[in-house]
Amino acid sequence: MRFSALTILKQALSGHSGWPEQWRSPEPKSAYDAVIVGGGGHGLGTAYYLAREHGLRNIAVLEKGWIGGGNTGRNTTIIRSNYLWEESEAIYEHSLKLWETLSSELNYNVMYSPRGVMMLAHTVHDVQVFKRHVHANRLAGIDNEWLTAQEAKDFCPPLNISPKLRYPVLGAALQRRGGTARHDAVAWGYARGASALGVDIIQNCEVTGIRRDATGAVEGVDTVRGFIRTKRVGVVAAGHTSVVMAMAGVRMPLESYPLQALVSEPVKPAFPCVVMSNTVHAYISQSDKGELVIGAGTDAYTSYSQTGGLHITTHTVDAICDLFPMFRRMRMMRNWGGIVDVTPDRSPIIGKTPVPGLFVNCGWGTGGFKATTGSAHVFAATIAKGEPHPIAAPFSLERFTTGRLIDEAAAAAVAH
Amino acid sequence: MLLIKCPYCEMERPEIEFRYAGEAHVARPLDPSSQSDAEWAGYLYLRSNPKGLHFERWHHVHGCARFFNVARDTISDRILTTYKAGEPKPDPASLTATGAAT
Ligand SMILES: Cc1cc2nc3c(=O)[nH]c(=O)nc-3n(C[C@H](O)[C@H](O)[C@H](O)COP(=O)(O)OP(=O)(O)OC[C@H]3O[C@@H](n4cnc5c(N)ncnc54)[C@H](O)[C@@H]3O)c2cc1C
Ligand SMILES: [Zn+2]
Repeated sequence: MRFSALTILKQALSGHSGWPEQWRSPEPKSAYDAVIVGGGGHGLGTAYYLAREHGLRNIAVLEKGWIGGGNTGRNTTIIRSNYLWEESEAIYEHSLKLWETLSSELNYNVMYSPRGVMMLAHTVHDVQVFKRHVHANRLAGIDNEWLTAQEAKDFCPPLNISPKLRYPVLGAALQRRGGTARHDAVAWGYARGASALGVDIIQNCEVTGIRRDATGAVEGVDTVRGFIRTKRVGVVAAGHTSVVMAMAGVRMPLESYPLQALVSEPVKPAFPCVVMSNTVHAYISQSDKGELVIGAGTDAYTSYSQTGGLHITTHTVDAICDLFPMFRRMRMMRNWGGIVDVTPDRSPIIGKTPVPGLFVNCGWGTGGFKATTGSAHVFAATIAKGEPHPIAAPFSLERFTTGRLIDEAAAAAVAH
Repeated sequence: MLLIKCPYCEMERPEIEFRYAGEAHVARPLDPSSQSDAEWAGYLYLRSNPKGLHFERWHHVHGCARFFNVARDTISDRILTTYKAGEPKPDPASLTATGAAT
């Protein structure tokens, strides 16, 4: 079924009782040409592009819970591409371009909204770093502009630019093409598209083991629903990547941390863009439902608990109240955590592993939602061809041995 | 917020007095130049990152300023024991008895 004005009208007349399921839920087969472990946006997108661009249709996505129930459904959905290093610019800009056409590509509204992402500078160091980003991005043809504090306030009127703040706003970097998208819709849209092309999407199917043959190559995966034979496995398990890769005996340069977000009660449109501040640790936008969506920092320690410390959220809410005094009396409705997989250089890992047939896409940490499209696209090409896609190549696992790190942590100290 | 017992101060103090310092018992190779690139990468970057029992270092920055070790369950975040730097890794069997959840 394709969505159109006509189908919506027809459904409206019948009280919206006739919408069919958007993807099939088949029983797992005993063998596939390739298996994707992890039904987040990156995994579902990978399956979609494998089927759509590489003709691999006898494949499955295995998800231990429900699709999009991991970080895809827990994130603050900030999308931007103004990273510092050329390798990062290439993959994040590739992703941003795919976001621009994703809704029509999938015939599913992912509500991509390029409302502008503004990153606040509060210290001399911030100002220098952001200006360096603006120049680097300009050379790469990526939009990013420097705003004075007054210009920042003109762009986002609720912003407090009083010099009396503990960390006054000295200026901002603005990417106008940056914005947000609807997190669930991204998972559902890719799932629907992949399913229509023949991909089996299997929920409640945790992978518990990775079997290797006498040569060491992958021969299949054990799951809670039985053994599934396959020669190609793509692990896209975000915070659980270390756990899944350990099943194949591979140690990863990853640590998993809780990262929290919270939303307020819904109110009328009051906040026009996305504002991020790394220095005071606050990220905020308003969802189309009207809730303020606020992102906090990670906890100090590794954990799989999916809840973070309250003092971390308190710190963020303090910063939000300073920057946007009009929100001081807003009530917060929900607070949750996701488990993010962080690499030493804060850049992702996409590509082959020491185990033949085993591929991995991970390390997106606190900021991979924005890359869902591009990451899935280049990872699919990597699995299909058995060799890294040119945009994925610099993000190899070997970079930690060769020393060719892509140090976005030092470059930006940016979370999302 | 975790309550962490510093084995030097012998007091339970709130987490914000401490700084997390990563996986414990990762020994720096005594002769780095004899290491292969892969071995050196293993020391610098590869971590066990387990779901369950984790041995980790903490630094009592706003207290005695010493480093020590903590055994914690990364599913429940419950701290099972803390011990001084240089002391051997406690036997996991003796720790689960103290009631790590799940
Ligand atoms: C609070 C928060 C805020 C964030 N804000 C932003 C933001 O504003 N912008 C941005 O770009 N990024 C943000 N991120 C990061 C972003 O959410 C992630 O990088 C991205 O969503 C990762 O997508 P994924 O598909 O790789 O992972 P996930 O959506 O987590 O999918 C991985 C899936 O693997 C499954 N899985 C794990 N183990 C197994 C197994 N053994 N068998 C089968 N399935 C398994 C999990 O259940 C999960 O569904 C944020 C993250 C959090 C937690
Ligand atoms: Zn102490």
